Formats: sequence, C-alpha cells, structure tokens
Amino acid sequence: MEKQAVQRAKEAFVTGRSRPLEFRVQQLKSLLRMITDRQGEIATALKQDINRSQFDTSLFELIGLENEINLAVSKLAQWAAPRPVERSLLTISDEVYIQPEPLGVVLIIGAWNYPWALTLQPLVGAIAAGNAAVIKPSELSEYSASLLKSLLPRYLDQELYPVVCGGVSETQELLRQRFDHVFYTGNSTVGRLVMEAAARHLTPVTLELGGKSPCYIDKNVDLRVACRRITWGKFVNCGQTCIAPDYILCEPSIQNRLVEGIRQTLLEFYGPDPKSSPDYGRIINQRHFNRVMALLEGYTAAVGGQSDASQRYIAPTVVKDVPPHARLMQEEIFGPVLPIVTVSDVDDAIHFINEREKPLALYVFSSNKKVIKRMLAETTSGGVTVNDVMMQYTLSSLPFGGVGQSGMGRYHGKHTFDQLSHLRACLVKSLGMEGVNMARYPPQDPQKARRVRLAMRTPLVDFSRGTYVWAVSATVVAVGLLVALTVILLLAAGISCTCW
Amino acid sequence: MKLLRGVSVTEPRSHPSLLQLRATFRSGMTIPEQFRMNQLQKLLSLVEENEQLIIDALHKDLHKPKFESVLSEIQITLNDLYFAIENLRTWMQPEYNIGKNLATRMDECFIRREPLGVVLIIGAWNYPLHLILLPLVAAIAAGNCVILKPSEICQATEQLLAELIPKYLSQDCYAVLCGGAEETKSLLKNRFDHIFYTGSQAVARSILLAAAPHLTPVTLELGGKSPCFIYGRIDIQKAARRLCWSKFFNTGQSCVAPDYVLCTVETRDALLPAIQETLLSFYGSDPGEGPDMGRIVTLRHWRRLVDMLRKSKGKVVIGGDSREEDKYIAPTVLVDVPEADSLMQEEIFGPILPILTIESLEEGIDYINRQEKPLALYVFSDESSVVSTVLNNTSSGGFCGNDGIVHMALPGLPFGGVGASGMGSYHGRWGFETFSHRRSCMNRSWLLEMVNVLRYPPYSEYNLGWLRWATTLKKGSWGGCTVM
Repeated sequence: MEKQAVQRAKEAFVTGRSRPLEFRVQQLKSLLRMITDRQGEIATALKQDINRSQFDTSLFELIGLENEINLAVSKLAQWAAPRPVERSLLTISDEVYIQPEPLGVVLIIGAWNYPWALTLQPLVGAIAAGNAAVIKPSELSEYSASLLKSLLPRYLDQELYPVVCGGVSETQELLRQRFDHVFYTGNSTVGRLVMEAAARHLTPVTLELGGKSPCYIDKNVDLRVACRRITWGKFVNCGQTCIAPDYILCEPSIQNRLVEGIRQTLLEFYGPDPKSSPDYGRIINQRHFNRVMALLEGYTAAVGGQSDASQRYIAPTVVKDVPPHARLMQEEIFGPVLPIVTVSDVDDAIHFINEREKPLALYVFSSNKKVIKRMLAETTSGGVTVNDVMMQYTLSSLPFGGVGQSGMGRYHGKHTFDQLSHLRACLVKSLGMEGVNMARYPPQDPQKARRVRLAMRTPLVDFSRGTYVWAVSATVVAVGLLVALTVILLLAAGISCTCW
Repeated sequence: MKLLRGVSVTEPRSHPSLLQLRATFRSGMTIPEQFRMNQLQKLLSLVEENEQLIIDALHKDLHKPKFESVLSEIQITLNDLYFAIENLRTWMQPEYNIGKNLATRMDECFIRREPLGVVLIIGAWNYPLHLILLPLVAAIAAGNCVILKPSEICQATEQLLAELIPKYLSQDCYAVLCGGAEETKSLLKNRFDHIFYTGSQAVARSILLAAAPHLTPVTLELGGKSPCFIYGRIDIQKAARRLCWSKFFNTGQSCVAPDYVLCTVETRDALLPAIQETLLSFYGSDPGEGPDMGRIVTLRHWRRLVDMLRKSKGKVVIGGDSREEDKYIAPTVLVDVPEADSLMQEEIFGPILPILTIESLEEGIDYINRQEKPLALYVFSDESSVVSTVLNNTSSGGFCGNDGIVHMALPGLPFGGVGASGMGSYHGRWGFETFSHRRSCMNRSWLLEMVNVLRYPPYSEYNLGWLRWATTLKKGSWGGCTVM
C-alpha cells in the first residue's frame, strides 16, 4: 500500500504537473482553505489527542501555518526565479545564474506534539518548490492523523500528495522506498534510523530533532517578567515542545525567588487547580506519562508534583537544586517538569552547557550585554532567544533547525523552499569569443599558460540590481557635485553668466 | 584556558589526532578572524612556494601535463584562496537583514555563522590537490579544525601533502592522515561534526551509513554519466574543440567530463571529421608520444576501461589503441553505441567518447530522464530554444551551455550534485556555508511586554485576534521597512 502511494506520486511528478507556478499557488491556496474551513474539526481532533485548548491550537498550529502559506503564495515567483550570480570579466557576456528546481518526491514524517504545524509546514515548502510529497503523520496523535487523511485528498491533488497512515512497520516500509528527500521531525533515536534508511538510496535528509534546551537566568534580571515568559514557554502544550526550555541554570541566590515567581505565574495562568483549567494540556499517552513520572522519582517538587494517571495529567512541576547527574538531566524531559540546576556564575553555566550535546535552542535572560555576548560567542545551539523563550521559531525569515544531535537542515519561510529545492548552477556561454578560449587548448607552451592564468585571475564583478542602482546613483550624485563645485568656483572667480 | 563550544563527549578508542583537534577546537583557537586569515595566507604560501613540487608529484601520479596541473589544480586553488581571503570578513558577519513582524519589531534578529567543530575531508585521486584543498579553504574560513584524508591512490601527492601541510599550517588544528580503505573505515567509526567526501557512489553509501549513528551531516561530491547534447544550428568546429578539450582534459578522468554525446545522424557525420581535426591539432598524429596527453591513474583503472571498450557493441571510428606499460589509452570515439552497451552502464571516467544518435530532442531528453541525475549536463547549440528546452525538462547538479567543465571554475556558482550525483555544494561562499552552522538569534527587548501578555493564559478570543494581527509578516516587510 505504501509502495503504491509512492509509485503513484512518482508517476504524477514525472508528468510535470506540480511544476507550473500557477498550479503550486492553487494548491497552496487550497491548503489554506482547508485550514480555515476546518478549524473546528482540527481543534476537536487536537483536544482528543492531547487536550489542547482551542487557543493554543490557533496560536501554535494554525496562525503560523496560515502565515507560511500566505508568504509562499506572495513570494513564490521571486523564490522560483533564476538567481543571478557574480561574474568575472571572462564571463561577462555569459548568462550565469542559479536555477531552483524541484527535487522530485519528498517524504514528510510528522510529529505528534504539533501534528498539524510540524506536518504541514514542510508540505507548504514542498509544494512551493514544485515537488510531490508523501505525508506520514504521527500515529501517536491518532485523531489528527485520521482527520488529515480524510481532509487532505479533498483539497489537494490526491496523487501528488498522498497521506499514508500507520505505525512503525508502515513507516519502515515507506523508508525502504526511494525518495528525493526525507524530512523528519521527532527524536534522535528514530532520526538515526531515518538517516540510515535514506543512506542506502543516497537520499538527503532534514532532521528536526530535539535535546535539552538550557535556560540561563542571570541574577540581576527582572525576575517578574522572566518568570512569566519562561512559565509560558515551559508549560504550553504540557511541556511537549521541542524548543521548550528544558531546564534552568541560575545562581543559588535567586533560586527561591525564581521558584516563587513561577508559582505566582502558574496561579495567574491556570488558577489554583490546573487540572480543571481549560487551558492546560495532557500528556500524549500512557507510555510518555510513565516516562516523565519516572524522571521525577526520588525528588520532591518545590511546585506542583501532583498527577492523575487516568487523565494522563501531570501538574506544572518545578524541582530545585537538581544535581547534574540526576535522571532528570540525562534525557529531554518533554513534559511539564522544570528542573533548576544551580551554577556559580556565567563561566560555570557556559561550561555546563558545553559539556553536553548541542541543543536545539538556548535561552539567556540577562540585562547585561557582556553576559549575552559571551553566551552567544562561547556556546552553540540550533537557535537562540535572549530574554524570552521559543520566539526564534515564530519569525519565518529566521532559518529554523538544529546542529549536531539536535538535527540537520533548516526550514520556515523561504528556507523550506530552498531546503526542498535543488539549486542548479547554470552557465550559458556563447560560441563567440573563441579567441580567449584558444589559449587553453593544447599544444601548450609557456606563453599560452601565462595568458590563461592571467585570464583566470580576473576579479568577480557583482552585477546584481542593488549594486547597479547604487553605481548609477553614485555616478549621478558625483556628477551633480562636480557641476555644483564648478559653478561655485566660477561664481567665486567672479565670472558672470548671462544664462541666469 | 576557557572551555568553549563543542562536545567534550569522548568516545572510547577515539583516534588520537581527533582527540587533540577536539581539545584545540574547544579552546577557541580557530574562531578569531585573524587566526583564520593567517592560516589561509599560510595555505596560499604553501601552494605558491611549492608549485614545481606539486607539478612533479602530479606528473608522477597521473602523468598530468604541467599545463593541466597549473590550470586545474594550482590556479583554481589559488583563486579560491584569494576569494576567501578577500571575502572572509563579510562572510563572518552576522546577517541582520531579516524581515520582522509587529511582535518582533523592537527585537534584534540576526543569523550568526558558527563553526561546526572537527570536520573530516576525504579527497579523490583525479584532482588530488584541489579536491582536498578547496574544501580545506572553506573549512578553515568557517573556523573549524580539520582532518584531511588524501587519496592513497596518488602516492606522490599524498606524501607531499602529508609533508607540507604540517609545515605551513597549525599542527594543533589541521592533521593529515594517510591510509587505505581499512584505515578510512576505522577513522569513520569516530564522530565528526561534518564529513566531506569526493568520490564514488559505492563508497559514499558506506560513508553515509557510518555517519548516521552519529547524526553527522555529510557533503557528497559524486559523479555519474554527464550527457552532452549537440543539437540544432551549431558551429561544429568550435563545438568540437570545446567538447574535445573538456572530454580529454585529465585523460577524461574528471567528474564533470562530458561522458557521452547525444546528437542526430547529420550532426554526427559533421562532428566526426571536426573531432578528428581537433585531436590532430591538440595532440599531433600520435597522442601517446606528445607531452599534452595524460595517462590513466592505475593499472586497475586502465584494465577496467580497456575491458569496457572491448565489450562495447559500438564501432570505434577514432583512436581505440592502448598501451599497458604506461597505462595509455588513445582519445577514442565510438558510434552506433546501443543504450544497453557496456559503455553506458557506468561513468566512463576515461578518454572514450560514445556518440548516441537520436531523432529528436525529446528522445534525448527522455533518455536522460530515465537515468540517474548527472553531476553536469551540457548542451551545444546556437538556438536558445534548444538550450532552454533541455534546461527546463531535465535536472543535473550543474549545467553549462556551449562549453564543458568551466562552470565549476566560477566561485560564485555552487558546485555539487543532486540525487545519485551527490548532496551539498561548495566553492567560494557556498563552501563557507557548508562548513558553518547558521544560528538564528533573537534578542528580545524587555519592552512590549503588553504585546506578550496577549499570548498568556487564561486565553481569550479577544487576545487571539490581536495576536494574530501582530504576528503576521506584513507584505513588503522583507527589507525591514514596514509602516504599520
């Protein structure tokens, strides 16, 4: 079944119908209609999957998607156009450019924590780049997966963009097929398997993985605002966000105030009983519930700690003075548990972060420019937000992705388009100017060799529009100034002119 | 000593060079612009001061004519070095020109380029100098530490590199490891922050499989059968010259050499005498005697080619002779080559040129699209409609109209494959980007908390409405110049 879907997508791609820009725009607009028309059903599915509040759904899944589609529709012609490149004097009469082209059939494997955004955002880029795509939503968010399977064929070309549902064995079967690109969002264990499967076909991959995203809080910071921002980011979607602040690093002197600040904020956000708040989520399934609870074993919570297995509910929890070797610090938590690890100063914090795998995100709260600069210069991560959390994800002009164990490749906005395109280098020469070429042909002698070397060394010239406009304006201004100077000198020399 | 970025996770049995380079990278030595510039200057001196040694080594390994060594190994490396040195500062600057929405209007948004860590560069034997030095230039410019693994097939060049690199470049940051397949396999068990490989598809697969457990990103510069159309109205003499130059340069052992020709019967009949004439003017009546024709790299490769030729069902119309003692194969052209021929099963990588005849451009395009995506695609034609038809209906790593190979010499163009011909690209700035990590940074101001408040629970429809408005990327805001 999987094989047939892939085969049909390949055949559909070969017909060439996914290439014309009008077709791509039409499909994207159709996708937009699907999201806006079916908002209610999508929100219901998410509520059933993960107890997502309808506002979180809009904010985190749908608004972002709508923005991405609108951006792609308005910019597509620009993105898909040939991109000019600097030329040397030798190639001045040639056409030199980069032509973006579709890759073919892309496999998109979605995740369960934001099943719509993380599955459909890559699809937006795949469609915009002119590819066909096989979409495999996560089976853990089963209501969303089956809703997507029934909705997508009603809005998009059924052969070019099939949805394949299923579990581990269906995914493995899919990965045995050959694709032109595989886009995977999930954890690094499966990420390795995806890369291995793709390796057999020499297929490039984009892996959006995760890790433990550290959050360093400097002692001289407005804790009130910092607590609100961190609390929001940590407990939204019940902590099940790849870029959620995983743990906090701070000096012992502010730890208690921090805990109090978070406690206050939680009260404001979810009331005294988060279990009854419509805005607080649940853990996706029993297995993950057990996993997160196991991490808490042996620790007393400073805030929260309550749970209800029947509802897969874990209260927003904060744990103080967590030792670096604790289980809580060994794997990505992906749940509403926030450990605080104390460090002696910024140096200690930087050391701590660098001893661990490169994270997907890094957060720094500080009003001290030097601290911020050091953190940026002396650590690495997929992305950074200073004085807030998660926001680097929201701007589509910033490329989003990991590094090292947190992933490879980038997307969002134009970056998805580029990631799922082949940027083909093109040089179209004329058969004229053969005189220049003669020097490179055998039989060879020292004079010819010298001439070719010289010709190869010509500097590159930027023929982009921006430079052209600058050059013309600069010339006009210079000439204008020259004329003005001449007039002034003439006037100063007392020469009268009958023209005025 | 400050402990900086990088993972201090040490694998058991890590190669000692790798451990040393990791420690150096963690110290931050390779990060400052001054250091990178200094190393690039030293690499420049390495090439400039040892030209004759390089030419001699290449001649020993590949019987490479001095002219080819200078053009395609030395000068191309020097050019890339000049380009990197001149542009390093610009490349290293954080990118600030980011479109923002209302919610992020007061924030500082930028993209930093950061080094990856310790990278592995595996060279190839056909251009043993530039295929390892050009990636090295990019890796140094991007601030990484590097392990170089030159091809063991070109022993003289391998030895020269092993001797010169530690002499000119910092031994703490850059190491040359020599060895064959076994040593490479064991080296690949280690974890790198990027692997850059130039070579064959079979080895590429095993490299990717070795990289997967470590989640190491990989750049693969492979090859394939690069087709060459000669179609429509064309100055056959000029086309023949450019075709012969690109085909027989380095004895056909170039990943972007035109592998085979597609043309009509009429064109073929005009082409053959033109090729004959060109070969005479290039190499004289006996190419095996003159200084300008190279040799096949090893006996094993020579036997592979001779075997391929022998099994071919095509008709040899030019050349065809070969000589085992010096691994010589004459520039050879065959016609009437069927699609399933021995010469059409794998990349030739030698001075043998099959000509396949087609009746229409569509037939040729169909044929190409049934094969794997090639590294390069060539079209010789005076008719721009022919060029654009082929361009728009095929895919390939790169494309060159009315010439061969030269598109890879422009540092402004990314050089790389697609599909079976590779993944990733380099040359010029593209190399710098390949060996860098683009880190998206957002520095939020403490102000505008009132906009932030809209996103906090308890949620409401009212807040959502405002937030929606604030987070839309306005049309025309790409230049960052939006009026609300």
